[in-house]
Amino acid sequence: MARHQLDARRLLCPMPVIRTQNRVAELQAGDVLEVTCTDPGALNDIPAWCRINGHKVLGSRREGNEVIIEVEVGDGA
Amino acid sequence: MARLISRYFEGFMSQVQRKAVALVSGGLDSMLAVRVIQEQGIHVEGINFYTGFCVEGHTHAIRKKDQGKDKRNNALWVAEQLGIKLHIIDIVEEYKDVLLNPKHGYGANMNPCLDCKIFMVHKALEWADQHGFDFIITGEVVGQRPMSQRKDTMPVVARESGAQDRLLRPLCAKNLPPTLPEREGWVDRDKLYDFSGRTRKPQMALAAQFGFSDYASPAGGCCFLTDEAYSRKLVDLWQARGKREYEMDDIMLLKVGRHIRPAPHYKLIVGREEGENNFLEGYRKIYIHLRPISHTGPLVLLDGEASEEDLVLAARITARYSKGHTAEQVTVQVTTLDGVSRELVVAPLSPDELKPEWHL
Repeated sequence: MARHQLDARRLLCPMPVIRTQNRVAELQAGDVLEVTCTDPGALNDIPAWCRINGHKVLGSRREGNEVIIEVEVGDGA
Repeated sequence: MARLISRYFEGFMSQVQRKAVALVSGGLDSMLAVRVIQEQGIHVEGINFYTGFCVEGHTHAIRKKDQGKDKRNNALWVAEQLGIKLHIIDIVEEYKDVLLNPKHGYGANMNPCLDCKIFMVHKALEWADQHGFDFIITGEVVGQRPMSQRKDTMPVVARESGAQDRLLRPLCAKNLPPTLPEREGWVDRDKLYDFSGRTRKPQMALAAQFGFSDYASPAGGCCFLTDEAYSRKLVDLWQARGKREYEMDDIMLLKVGRHIRPAPHYKLIVGREEGENNFLEGYRKIYIHLRPISHTGPLVLLDGEASEEDLVLAARITARYSKGHTAEQVTVQVTTLDGVSRELVVAPLSPDELKPEWHL
Protein backbone atom coordinates (compact mmCIF):
# COMPACT_ATOMS: atom_id res chain seq x y z
CA MET A 1 0.00 0.00 0.00
CA ALA A 2 1.35 3.39 -0.95
CA ARG A 3 0.14 6.89 -0.21
CA HIS A 4 -0.26 9.43 -2.99
CA GLN A 5 -1.26 13.08 -3.19
CA LEU A 6 -3.41 14.85 -5.76
CA ASP A 7 -3.66 18.63 -5.96
CA ALA A 8 -7.10 19.52 -7.35
CA ARG A 9 -7.16 23.06 -5.95
CA ARG A 10 -8.84 25.81 -7.95
CA LEU A 11 -10.58 23.23 -10.12
CA LEU A 12 -14.35 23.23 -10.23
CA CYS A 13 -16.40 20.07 -10.27
CA PRO A 14 -16.39 17.78 -12.09
CA MET A 15 -12.67 18.36 -12.76
CA PRO A 16 -11.57 17.16 -9.28
CA VAL A 17 -13.55 13.96 -9.89
CA ILE A 18 -12.01 13.51 -13.34
CA ARG A 19 -8.50 14.05 -11.96
CA THR A 20 -9.22 11.60 -9.13
CA GLN A 21 -10.63 9.03 -11.56
CA ASN A 22 -7.62 9.29 -13.87
CA ARG A 23 -5.11 9.08 -11.03
CA VAL A 24 -6.86 6.16 -9.34
CA ALA A 25 -6.68 4.28 -12.66
CA GLU A 26 -2.88 4.35 -12.34
CA LEU A 27 -2.80 3.07 -8.74
CA GLN A 28 -2.97 -0.37 -7.14
CA ALA A 29 -5.80 -1.75 -5.02
CA GLY A 30 -5.19 -0.75 -1.41
CA ASP A 31 -3.26 2.42 -2.29
CA VAL A 32 -4.49 5.62 -0.68
CA LEU A 33 -4.91 8.86 -2.59
CA GLU A 34 -5.25 12.12 -0.68
CA VAL A 35 -7.08 14.68 -2.83
CA THR A 36 -6.96 18.38 -1.94
CA CYS A 37 -9.72 20.56 -3.45
CA THR A 38 -11.08 24.06 -3.08
CA ASP A 39 -14.51 23.37 -4.61
CA PRO A 40 -16.63 22.13 -1.70
CA GLY A 41 -18.77 20.25 -4.23
CA ALA A 42 -15.99 17.67 -4.25
CA LEU A 43 -17.15 16.60 -0.78
CA ASN A 44 -20.27 15.19 -2.46
CA ASP A 45 -18.93 14.23 -5.83
CA ILE A 46 -15.75 12.33 -5.00
CA PRO A 47 -17.47 10.06 -2.42
CA ALA A 48 -20.34 9.47 -4.92
CA TRP A 49 -17.83 8.56 -7.60
CA CYS A 50 -16.07 6.21 -5.15
CA ARG A 51 -19.30 4.47 -4.16
CA ILE A 52 -20.33 3.70 -7.72
CA ASN A 53 -16.88 2.65 -8.85
CA GLY A 54 -15.94 0.42 -5.94
CA HIS A 55 -13.51 2.63 -4.02
CA LYS A 56 -13.62 3.65 -0.38
CA VAL A 57 -13.50 7.08 1.24
CA LEU A 58 -11.43 6.72 4.39
CA GLY A 59 -12.24 10.24 5.54
CA SER A 60 -12.67 13.84 4.59
CA ARG A 61 -11.95 17.10 6.35
CA ARG A 62 -11.99 20.85 5.81
CA GLU A 63 -8.86 22.91 6.38
CA GLY A 64 -9.65 26.58 5.85
CA ASN A 65 -10.89 26.96 2.28
CA GLU A 66 -9.67 23.52 1.33
CA VAL A 67 -11.28 20.12 1.56
CA ILE A 68 -9.17 16.99 1.79
CA ILE A 69 -10.55 13.59 0.87
CA GLU A 70 -8.74 10.30 1.43
CA VAL A 71 -9.61 7.58 -1.08
CA GLU A 72 -8.60 3.93 -0.76
CA VAL A 73 -8.39 2.34 -4.20
CA GLY A 74 -10.67 -0.67 -4.64
CA ASP A 75 -10.00 -3.79 -6.68
CA GLY A 76 -11.98 -2.56 -9.69
CA ALA A 77 -14.76 -5.14 -9.27
CA MET B 1 -21.02 -32.70 -36.69
CA ALA B 2 -20.97 -29.20 -38.14
CA ARG B 3 -24.53 -28.75 -36.96
CA LEU B 4 -23.60 -29.80 -33.44
CA ILE B 5 -20.73 -27.33 -33.38
CA SER B 6 -23.02 -24.63 -34.72
CA ARG B 7 -25.63 -25.30 -32.03
CA TYR B 8 -22.94 -25.38 -29.37
CA PHE B 9 -21.64 -22.04 -30.66
CA GLU B 10 -25.13 -20.53 -30.66
CA GLY B 11 -25.66 -21.77 -27.12
CA PHE B 12 -22.38 -20.26 -26.08
CA MET B 13 -23.19 -16.97 -27.76
CA SER B 14 -26.58 -16.76 -26.08
CA GLN B 15 -24.82 -16.85 -22.72
CA VAL B 16 -22.42 -14.04 -23.52
CA GLN B 17 -23.07 -11.10 -21.24
CA ARG B 18 -23.79 -8.25 -23.62
CA LYS B 19 -22.60 -4.83 -22.57
CA ALA B 20 -23.84 -1.36 -23.42
CA VAL B 21 -22.31 2.02 -22.69
CA ALA B 22 -24.85 4.76 -22.05
CA LEU B 23 -24.48 8.50 -22.52
CA VAL B 24 -25.53 9.68 -19.07
CA SER B 25 -26.27 13.38 -18.77
CA GLY B 26 -27.84 13.32 -15.35
CA GLY B 27 -31.31 14.02 -16.74
CA LEU B 28 -34.36 11.80 -16.74
CA ASP B 29 -34.21 10.48 -20.31
CA SER B 30 -30.82 8.84 -20.13
CA MET B 31 -31.73 7.49 -16.68
CA LEU B 32 -34.81 5.81 -18.15
CA ALA B 33 -32.92 4.52 -21.20
CA VAL B 34 -30.39 2.80 -18.95
CA ARG B 35 -33.04 1.18 -16.79
CA VAL B 36 -34.98 -0.07 -19.83
CA ILE B 37 -31.85 -1.83 -21.09
CA GLN B 38 -30.81 -3.10 -17.65
CA GLU B 39 -34.26 -4.72 -17.39
CA GLN B 40 -33.29 -6.81 -20.38
CA GLY B 41 -30.26 -8.25 -18.64
CA ILE B 42 -27.67 -6.09 -20.37
CA HIS B 43 -24.65 -4.90 -18.37
CA VAL B 44 -24.64 -1.10 -18.62
CA GLU B 45 -21.98 1.42 -17.70
CA GLY B 46 -22.35 5.17 -18.08
CA ILE B 47 -20.16 7.74 -19.76
CA ASN B 48 -20.43 11.47 -19.15
CA PHE B 49 -18.55 14.10 -21.11
CA TYR B 50 -17.23 17.33 -19.66
CA THR B 51 -17.00 20.08 -22.29
CA GLY B 52 -16.34 23.01 -19.95
CA PHE B 53 -19.70 24.53 -20.88
CA CYS B 54 -21.71 22.48 -18.41
CA VAL B 55 -23.90 24.75 -16.32
CA GLU B 56 -24.27 22.52 -13.35
CA GLY B 57 -21.96 22.91 -10.42
CA HIS B 58 -19.87 25.84 -11.51
CA THR B 59 -22.11 28.76 -10.71
CA HIS B 60 -23.11 27.11 -7.47
CA ALA B 61 -19.49 26.51 -6.59
CA ILE B 62 -18.56 30.13 -7.32
CA ARG B 63 -21.42 32.14 -5.88
CA LYS B 64 -21.39 32.46 -2.14
CA LYS B 65 -25.17 32.64 -1.84
CA ASP B 66 -25.42 29.27 -3.59
CA GLN B 67 -22.82 27.51 -1.51
CA GLY B 68 -25.39 26.14 0.90
CA LYS B 69 -27.33 24.52 -1.93
CA ASP B 70 -27.22 20.85 -2.70
CA LYS B 71 -24.30 20.49 -5.06
CA ARG B 72 -24.85 16.93 -6.17
CA ASN B 73 -23.55 16.04 -9.60
CA ASN B 74 -26.63 14.65 -11.29
CA ALA B 75 -24.76 12.27 -13.58
CA LEU B 76 -23.06 10.66 -10.57
CA TRP B 77 -26.31 10.65 -8.66
CA VAL B 78 -28.17 8.95 -11.52
CA ALA B 79 -25.43 6.35 -11.88
CA GLU B 80 -25.70 5.57 -8.20
CA GLN B 81 -29.49 5.20 -8.40
CA LEU B 82 -29.08 2.83 -11.34
CA GLY B 83 -26.23 0.89 -9.77
CA ILE B 84 -23.89 1.48 -12.72
CA LYS B 85 -20.33 2.68 -13.02
CA LEU B 86 -19.86 6.14 -14.48
CA HIS B 87 -16.83 7.28 -16.43
CA ILE B 88 -16.43 11.05 -16.71
CA ILE B 89 -14.33 12.10 -19.66
CA ASP B 90 -12.65 15.48 -20.04
CA ILE B 91 -13.15 16.55 -23.68
CA VAL B 92 -12.48 20.27 -23.19
CA GLU B 93 -9.64 20.42 -25.74
CA GLU B 94 -11.21 18.20 -28.38
CA TYR B 95 -14.53 19.98 -28.02
CA LYS B 96 -13.06 23.24 -29.31
CA ASP B 97 -13.20 22.00 -32.88
CA VAL B 98 -16.85 21.00 -32.41
CA LEU B 99 -17.75 24.46 -31.21
CA LEU B 100 -15.56 26.45 -33.58
CA ASN B 101 -16.24 24.48 -36.76
CA PRO B 102 -19.63 22.81 -36.54
CA LYS B 103 -20.36 21.12 -39.86
CA HIS B 104 -24.08 21.31 -39.18
CA GLY B 105 -24.09 24.83 -37.79
CA TYR B 106 -25.47 26.33 -34.62
CA GLY B 107 -28.88 26.29 -32.98
CA ALA B 108 -30.65 29.38 -31.66
CA ASN B 109 -27.44 30.51 -29.91
CA MET B 110 -23.88 29.19 -30.07
CA ASN B 111 -25.04 25.64 -29.46
CA PRO B 112 -23.71 23.17 -32.06
CA CYS B 113 -26.14 20.50 -30.85
CA LEU B 114 -26.02 18.13 -33.80
CA ASP B 115 -22.24 18.15 -34.11
CA CYS B 116 -22.01 17.83 -30.34
CA LYS B 117 -24.17 14.71 -30.31
CA ILE B 118 -22.26 13.19 -33.23
CA PHE B 119 -18.99 13.87 -31.42
CA MET B 120 -20.16 12.41 -28.13
CA VAL B 121 -21.54 9.26 -29.72
CA HIS B 122 -18.27 8.91 -31.64
CA LYS B 123 -16.29 9.23 -28.39
CA ALA B 124 -18.59 6.70 -26.74
CA LEU B 125 -18.00 4.33 -29.66
CA GLU B 126 -14.24 4.65 -29.23
CA TRP B 127 -14.63 3.94 -25.53
CA ALA B 128 -16.91 0.96 -26.23
CA ASP B 129 -14.37 -0.54 -28.63
CA GLN B 130 -11.52 -0.02 -26.19
CA HIS B 131 -13.44 -1.66 -23.35
CA GLY B 132 -15.20 -4.49 -25.15
CA PHE B 133 -18.74 -3.07 -25.09
CA ASP B 134 -21.22 -4.16 -27.73
CA PHE B 135 -23.41 -1.13 -28.30
CA ILE B 136 -24.25 2.42 -27.25
CA ILE B 137 -27.48 3.73 -25.79
CA THR B 138 -28.77 7.27 -25.40
CA GLY B 139 -31.90 8.81 -23.94
CA GLU B 140 -32.76 10.57 -27.20
CA VAL B 141 -36.39 10.88 -28.21
CA VAL B 142 -37.53 11.63 -31.76
CA GLY B 143 -38.83 15.16 -32.10
CA GLN B 144 -37.78 16.29 -28.66
CA ARG B 145 -35.07 18.75 -29.65
CA PRO B 146 -35.15 21.10 -32.61
CA MET B 147 -31.69 20.24 -33.86
CA SER B 148 -30.22 16.95 -32.72
CA GLN B 149 -33.33 14.90 -31.95
CA ARG B 150 -35.36 15.06 -35.14
CA LYS B 151 -36.47 12.15 -37.27
CA ASP B 152 -34.17 13.33 -40.07
CA THR B 153 -31.12 14.10 -37.89
CA MET B 154 -31.10 11.00 -35.71
CA PRO B 155 -29.81 8.83 -38.59
CA VAL B 156 -27.16 11.51 -39.20
CA VAL B 157 -25.88 11.03 -35.66
CA ALA B 158 -25.74 7.26 -36.12
CA ARG B 159 -23.99 7.55 -39.47
CA GLU B 160 -21.51 10.38 -38.87
CA SER B 161 -20.49 9.16 -35.41
CA GLY B 162 -19.53 5.84 -36.96
CA ALA B 163 -21.77 4.00 -34.52
CA GLN B 164 -24.25 3.09 -37.29
CA ASP B 165 -26.61 0.36 -36.04
CA ARG B 166 -24.74 -0.06 -32.76
CA LEU B 167 -26.53 3.06 -31.54
CA LEU B 168 -29.81 2.21 -29.80
CA ARG B 169 -32.28 4.76 -28.45
CA PRO B 170 -34.46 2.66 -26.15
CA LEU B 171 -37.09 5.36 -25.54
CA CYS B 172 -37.96 5.81 -29.21
CA ALA B 173 -36.51 2.67 -30.83
CA LYS B 174 -39.88 1.59 -32.18
CA ASN B 175 -40.00 4.75 -34.29
CA LEU B 176 -36.66 3.90 -35.88
CA PRO B 177 -35.31 0.97 -37.92
CA PRO B 178 -34.16 -2.03 -35.83
CA THR B 179 -30.57 -1.74 -34.65
CA LEU B 180 -27.96 -4.45 -34.28
CA PRO B 181 -28.83 -5.31 -30.63
CA GLU B 182 -32.47 -5.73 -31.65
CA ARG B 183 -31.76 -7.78 -34.75
CA GLU B 184 -29.34 -10.03 -32.91
CA GLY B 185 -31.85 -10.59 -30.14
CA TRP B 186 -29.62 -9.09 -27.43
CA VAL B 187 -32.56 -6.87 -26.57
CA ASP B 188 -36.24 -7.44 -27.23
CA ARG B 189 -37.60 -4.68 -29.46
CA ASP B 190 -41.09 -5.30 -28.10
CA LYS B 191 -39.89 -4.10 -24.70
CA LEU B 192 -38.54 -0.83 -26.07
CA TYR B 193 -40.58 2.37 -26.47
CA ASP B 194 -42.04 4.64 -29.13
CA PHE B 195 -41.88 8.02 -27.43
CA SER B 196 -41.88 11.07 -29.66
CA GLY B 197 -42.29 14.82 -29.49
CA ARG B 198 -41.71 17.36 -26.77
CA THR B 199 -44.23 16.03 -24.28
CA ARG B 200 -42.69 14.72 -21.08
CA LYS B 201 -45.69 12.70 -19.97
CA PRO B 202 -44.53 9.28 -21.25
CA GLN B 203 -41.16 9.75 -19.55
CA MET B 204 -42.80 10.75 -16.29
CA ALA B 205 -45.14 7.75 -16.45
CA LEU B 206 -42.20 5.43 -17.08
CA ALA B 207 -40.26 7.06 -14.25
CA ALA B 208 -43.20 6.36 -11.94
CA GLN B 209 -43.31 2.77 -13.16
CA PHE B 210 -39.63 2.34 -12.30
CA GLY B 211 -40.12 4.04 -8.96
CA PHE B 212 -37.99 7.09 -9.83
CA SER B 213 -39.48 9.94 -7.86
CA ASP B 214 -36.44 12.21 -7.70
CA TYR B 215 -34.72 13.27 -10.88
CA ALA B 216 -33.09 16.37 -12.31
CA SER B 217 -35.01 18.89 -14.35
CA PRO B 218 -35.32 17.08 -17.66
CA ALA B 219 -34.71 18.11 -21.26
CA GLY B 220 -31.79 20.41 -21.76
CA GLY B 221 -30.61 23.56 -20.10
CA CYS B 222 -27.38 21.88 -19.04
CA CYS B 223 -25.13 23.66 -21.52
CA PHE B 224 -24.13 27.32 -21.37
CA LEU B 225 -24.01 27.42 -25.16
CA THR B 226 -27.81 27.31 -25.32
CA ASP B 227 -27.89 30.45 -23.17
CA GLU B 228 -28.31 33.69 -25.10
CA ALA B 229 -26.35 35.90 -22.72
CA TYR B 230 -23.46 33.46 -22.51
CA SER B 231 -23.35 33.06 -26.29
CA ARG B 232 -23.31 36.83 -26.72
CA LYS B 233 -20.31 37.11 -24.41
CA LEU B 234 -18.51 34.33 -26.26
CA VAL B 235 -19.05 36.01 -29.64
CA ASP B 236 -17.88 39.32 -28.13
CA LEU B 237 -14.69 37.61 -26.94
CA TRP B 238 -13.94 36.34 -30.43
CA GLN B 239 -14.71 39.69 -32.03
CA ALA B 240 -12.48 41.55 -29.59
CA ARG B 241 -9.57 39.18 -30.12
CA GLY B 242 -10.06 39.04 -33.87
CA LYS B 243 -9.96 35.25 -33.84
CA ARG B 244 -12.31 32.46 -32.89
CA GLU B 245 -10.51 30.58 -30.18
CA TYR B 246 -10.71 30.15 -26.43
CA GLU B 247 -8.99 28.66 -23.44
CA MET B 248 -10.54 27.04 -20.40
CA ASP B 249 -9.98 30.23 -18.38
CA ASP B 250 -11.97 32.21 -20.94
CA ILE B 251 -15.01 29.98 -20.78
CA MET B 252 -14.88 29.91 -16.99
CA LEU B 253 -14.66 33.70 -16.76
CA LEU B 254 -17.63 34.13 -19.09
CA LYS B 255 -19.72 32.46 -16.39
CA VAL B 256 -18.65 34.91 -13.70
CA GLY B 257 -19.37 38.54 -12.95
CA ARG B 258 -20.66 41.50 -14.88
CA HIS B 259 -18.94 41.91 -18.25
CA ILE B 260 -18.58 45.52 -19.38
CA ARG B 261 -16.83 46.58 -22.58
CA PRO B 262 -16.28 50.36 -22.66
CA ALA B 263 -14.03 50.08 -25.74
CA PRO B 264 -13.28 47.39 -28.34
CA HIS B 265 -9.77 46.77 -26.99
CA TYR B 266 -10.66 45.93 -23.38
CA LYS B 267 -13.44 44.74 -21.14
CA LEU B 268 -13.96 44.58 -17.42
CA ILE B 269 -15.15 41.60 -15.40
CA VAL B 270 -16.74 42.91 -12.22
CA GLY B 271 -17.33 40.50 -9.32
CA ARG B 272 -20.94 40.69 -8.16
CA GLU B 273 -20.53 39.22 -4.72
CA GLU B 274 -17.98 37.71 -2.36
CA GLY B 275 -17.93 34.28 -3.96
CA GLU B 276 -17.28 35.75 -7.40
CA ASN B 277 -14.63 38.09 -6.02
CA ASN B 278 -12.87 35.10 -4.44
CA PHE B 279 -13.04 33.24 -7.72
CA LEU B 280 -11.65 36.21 -9.67
CA GLU B 281 -8.79 36.45 -7.15
CA GLY B 282 -7.37 33.34 -8.77
CA TYR B 283 -6.82 35.29 -12.00
CA ARG B 284 -5.07 38.32 -10.50
CA LYS B 285 -1.65 37.33 -11.80
CA ILE B 286 -2.73 37.10 -15.42
CA TYR B 287 -4.97 40.17 -15.67
CA ILE B 288 -4.64 43.84 -14.84
CA HIS B 289 -6.97 44.19 -11.86
CA LEU B 290 -8.62 46.91 -9.85
CA ARG B 291 -10.22 47.12 -6.45
CA PRO B 292 -11.53 50.00 -4.36
CA ILE B 293 -9.58 50.53 -1.17
CA SER B 294 -11.37 53.52 0.37
CA HIS B 295 -14.66 51.64 0.24
CA THR B 296 -15.83 48.04 0.09
CA GLY B 297 -16.24 46.89 -3.48
CA PRO B 298 -15.62 44.34 -6.16
CA LEU B 299 -12.48 42.89 -7.61
CA VAL B 300 -12.39 43.86 -11.28
CA LEU B 301 -10.31 42.14 -13.95
CA LEU B 302 -9.33 44.03 -17.08
CA ASP B 303 -9.13 41.80 -20.15
CA GLY B 304 -7.25 43.52 -22.98
CA GLU B 305 -4.87 46.43 -23.24
CA ALA B 306 -5.50 49.72 -21.50
CA SER B 307 -4.06 53.21 -21.84
CA GLU B 308 -3.83 55.57 -18.88
CA GLU B 309 -7.14 57.07 -19.91
CA ASP B 310 -8.71 53.60 -20.08
CA LEU B 311 -7.40 52.78 -16.60
CA VAL B 312 -9.01 55.92 -15.20
CA LEU B 313 -12.34 54.96 -16.76
CA ALA B 314 -11.94 51.38 -15.47
CA ALA B 315 -11.27 52.79 -11.99
CA ARG B 316 -14.37 54.99 -12.22
CA ILE B 317 -16.46 51.95 -13.21
CA THR B 318 -14.94 49.97 -10.35
CA ALA B 319 -15.91 52.81 -8.00
CA ARG B 320 -19.39 52.80 -9.49
CA TYR B 321 -19.90 49.25 -8.21
CA SER B 322 -18.37 49.94 -4.78
CA LYS B 323 -20.09 51.05 -1.59
CA GLY B 324 -18.74 54.48 -2.44
CA HIS B 325 -20.80 54.84 -5.60
CA THR B 326 -22.46 57.99 -4.25
CA ALA B 327 -19.25 59.42 -2.76
CA GLU B 328 -17.41 62.26 -4.44
CA GLN B 329 -14.19 60.30 -4.62
CA VAL B 330 -13.14 56.69 -4.31
CA THR B 331 -9.58 55.43 -4.12
CA VAL B 332 -9.02 52.48 -6.42
CA GLN B 333 -5.93 50.32 -6.44
CA VAL B 334 -4.76 49.33 -9.91
CA THR B 335 -2.28 46.48 -10.32
CA THR B 336 -0.62 45.88 -13.66
CA LEU B 337 0.72 42.62 -15.01
CA ASP B 338 4.19 43.28 -13.60
CA GLY B 339 2.62 43.18 -10.11
CA VAL B 340 3.12 46.91 -9.50
CA SER B 341 0.18 48.59 -7.72
CA ARG B 342 -0.75 52.25 -7.56
CA GLU B 343 -3.71 54.23 -6.38
CA LEU B 344 -6.09 56.31 -8.46
CA VAL B 345 -8.50 58.71 -6.80
CA VAL B 346 -11.54 58.96 -9.04
CA ALA B 347 -15.15 60.07 -9.12
CA PRO B 348 -17.48 57.08 -9.47
CA LEU B 349 -19.09 56.88 -12.88
CA SER B 350 -22.66 58.11 -12.74
CA PRO B 351 -25.47 55.84 -13.95
CA ASP B 352 -25.93 58.12 -16.98
CA GLU B 353 -22.30 57.77 -17.98
CA LEU B 354 -22.35 53.99 -17.84
CA LYS B 355 -23.67 53.26 -21.31
CA PRO B 356 -26.14 50.39 -21.62
CA GLU B 357 -24.39 49.09 -24.74
CA TRP B 358 -21.23 48.49 -22.71
CA HIS B 359 -22.96 45.68 -20.83
CA LEU B 360 -22.41 42.32 -22.51
